[in-house]
Amino acid sequence: MLLVNVIVTIFLAIGMFFMFIGAIGLLRFPDFYTRLHATGKCDTLGEGLIIVGLIIYHLFHYPGTSLATVKLLFLIIFIFIANPTAIHAIVKAAYRRGLKPWRWGEGRR
Amino acid sequence: MEATGERFHLKPSRKREEKMISIFLVIALLNVVTILLCLYRAVVGPGVFNRVAAVNVIGTKTVVLLVIMGYIFERPLFVDIPLLYAMLNFIGTLVFAKYLERGELCSW
Repeated sequence: MLLVNVIVTIFLAIGMFFMFIGAIGLLRFPDFYTRLHATGKCDTLGEGLIIVGLIIYHLFHYPGTSLATVKLLFLIIFIFIANPTAIHAIVKAAYRRGLKPWRWGEGRR
Repeated sequence: MEATGERFHLKPSRKREEKMISIFLVIALLNVVTILLCLYRAVVGPGVFNRVAAVNVIGTKTVVLLVIMGYIFERPLFVDIPLLYAMLNFIGTLVFAKYLERGELCSW
């Protein structure tokens, strides 16, 4: 097995780990705000790591075609800007509509 | 293959045994499992805000799934579709947040 494949596999595994943690946080946390606190950051980092691994894979296995690499780089930059912005917009809308944050000792909502 | 199809199908330069199709399939299946976990929150979750947030998270996971699909089928120029999907997901989430906050979309 090639060394590049090992590096790409490590990147994909770490990214998938972060996305799994984000999904479990979206399931298990007791409140809307805490759920988005868990998943808004983990998803962004996990997607970034997975696409960085795919960029390395593309540079090694498809030489001479760097257009798709540039597009993947643009995709990473766009996701790193847009995903926290979208999460922030939802949270701010919920806060202005009067959704109360969860306090210690209350039940799940 | 005729000459017109050759432009859109980038030929890999190496042997098939050195590629990672099975690992990509495993990652894509794990991604589908996380999408199902988020789908539970989108169906059950109390209130409309939980549902909108879960749909946004499903969209951002689908971007990664589409990128990996392009490499499973050995067509890396598939990446245009996730780019468009990410933009549409972002715009849709912003519009939904504005609608839920103000109760209307266009007011002047």
